[in-house]
Amino acid sequence: MSKVRVLVGTRKGAFILTADGKRQHWEVSGPHFGGWEIYHMKGSPADPDRLYASQSTGWFGQLIQRSNDGGQTWEPVGNKFVYDGVPGTHLWYDNTPHPWEFKRVWHLEPSTTDPNMVYAGVEDAALFRTLDGGQTWQELPGMRGHETGPGWHPGSGGMCLHTILMDPSNSSRMYIAISSAGAFRSDDCGETWRPINRGLHSAFLPDPAAEVGHCVHRIAMHRSRPNVLYMQKHWDVMRSGDGGDSWHEVSGNLPTDFGFVIDVHSHDPETIYVVPIKSDGEHFPPEGKLRVFRSRTGGNEWEPLSKGLPQSNCYVNVLRDAMAVDSLDECGIYFGTTGGQVYASADSGDTWSAIVHDLPAVFSVEVQTLG
Amino acid sequence: MIRVVLPAHLRTLARIGSGEVQLEVDGPVTQGTVLDALEARYPMLRGTLRDQVTHVRRPFIRFFACQEDWSNAPPDTPLPEAVCTGAEPFLVVGAVAGG
Repeated sequence: MSKVRVLVGTRKGAFILTADGKRQHWEVSGPHFGGWEIYHMKGSPADPDRLYASQSTGWFGQLIQRSNDGGQTWEPVGNKFVYDGVPGTHLWYDNTPHPWEFKRVWHLEPSTTDPNMVYAGVEDAALFRTLDGGQTWQELPGMRGHETGPGWHPGSGGMCLHTILMDPSNSSRMYIAISSAGAFRSDDCGETWRPINRGLHSAFLPDPAAEVGHCVHRIAMHRSRPNVLYMQKHWDVMRSGDGGDSWHEVSGNLPTDFGFVIDVHSHDPETIYVVPIKSDGEHFPPEGKLRVFRSRTGGNEWEPLSKGLPQSNCYVNVLRDAMAVDSLDECGIYFGTTGGQVYASADSGDTWSAIVHDLPAVFSVEVQTLG
Repeated sequence: MIRVVLPAHLRTLARIGSGEVQLEVDGPVTQGTVLDALEARYPMLRGTLRDQVTHVRRPFIRFFACQEDWSNAPPDTPLPEAVCTGAEPFLVVGAVAGG
């Protein structure tokens, strides 16, 4: 019988939530690495029992943990992330040059075919890769070394490379996003990159339509149509139909188009989900009502989904890596909040219930569909 | 025999239990040689106390011995005789900070 495993990274440890295909009764395992920040945890599509976790604290720095048994046991692997060559500088908040400094791993993206190959998106923005299951990490320097790099600024959360998408139809193509440099695409396995931000408009930039400098919060795609990309930007929900060559806004009737997460229904590439957040200055849902918004038309026309979600006095946030979908026949949607709740819907978002209520602030949610 | 006391999180990481670490250090006993020996015995601690390339101490880590703060001493400075003989431990301390 099929089963789902939800991997939850929090401010104070990792939790693993499991249920059968009905997704009604959940077992909670954790905290793993109690007291540590778990920015992200993800399983290998090629070997679902192979998991990777990014573990860090301000005291002890960055660790990478690996499990070979679906998260029952873990072992620390390599944590040496050294920029290739002389790192140079990017711009600081005050517009002065600032040396590139490794701080943490925001996102781990295992290869779709090789359980020992994993990409790591880090702060300060760069892309690393391991080919030996995390024992050693090498930078793909073409990303950080892009000619626009010296002009990149950090977002308020740091200059993080937070999104890594692999094109399932083209093993040479991948996408990344950086706050606040924007989105980039590689067509040669990560060797070289080009900005893909045409159509984005960011009022905080001197040139609102600049080639780089946009605060992209998250990008998502459906594996059946990898040329169609969806983006939650700092403000604006965007769509591209040409692999990021151009974007157009699809915020439509959303109550606010600020937010962090965006994801795509596992069986319908035109059905997408966002969680609108009031503003960049007030990181909580409008009117104190936690609502997921669903579009069945690839954007522009949105419907609120609130059944089972708190509709008064709710002032949590949903961070950029904290939404995921399973691939069961009736698509399951999951998201975690900074208030420590992980909500699940087993019916494509029509109804919701909390799997857990009181975890530490949730940084990331991933889901594996097993069996 | 050099005695080293680690913060709880690092004892958990290295699966040391609740006790001290006892290390043999060849040659002069300094902050640097003690940390070298510690990381050789417990490779998972690399990067948690000092940078893996520059060996610069992480900002929220302190080193104490014999009621003195050795955090900012040059890493090749000999540690006190009481640490060298094992009469006193070398303390690795996480700063009281954060939430």
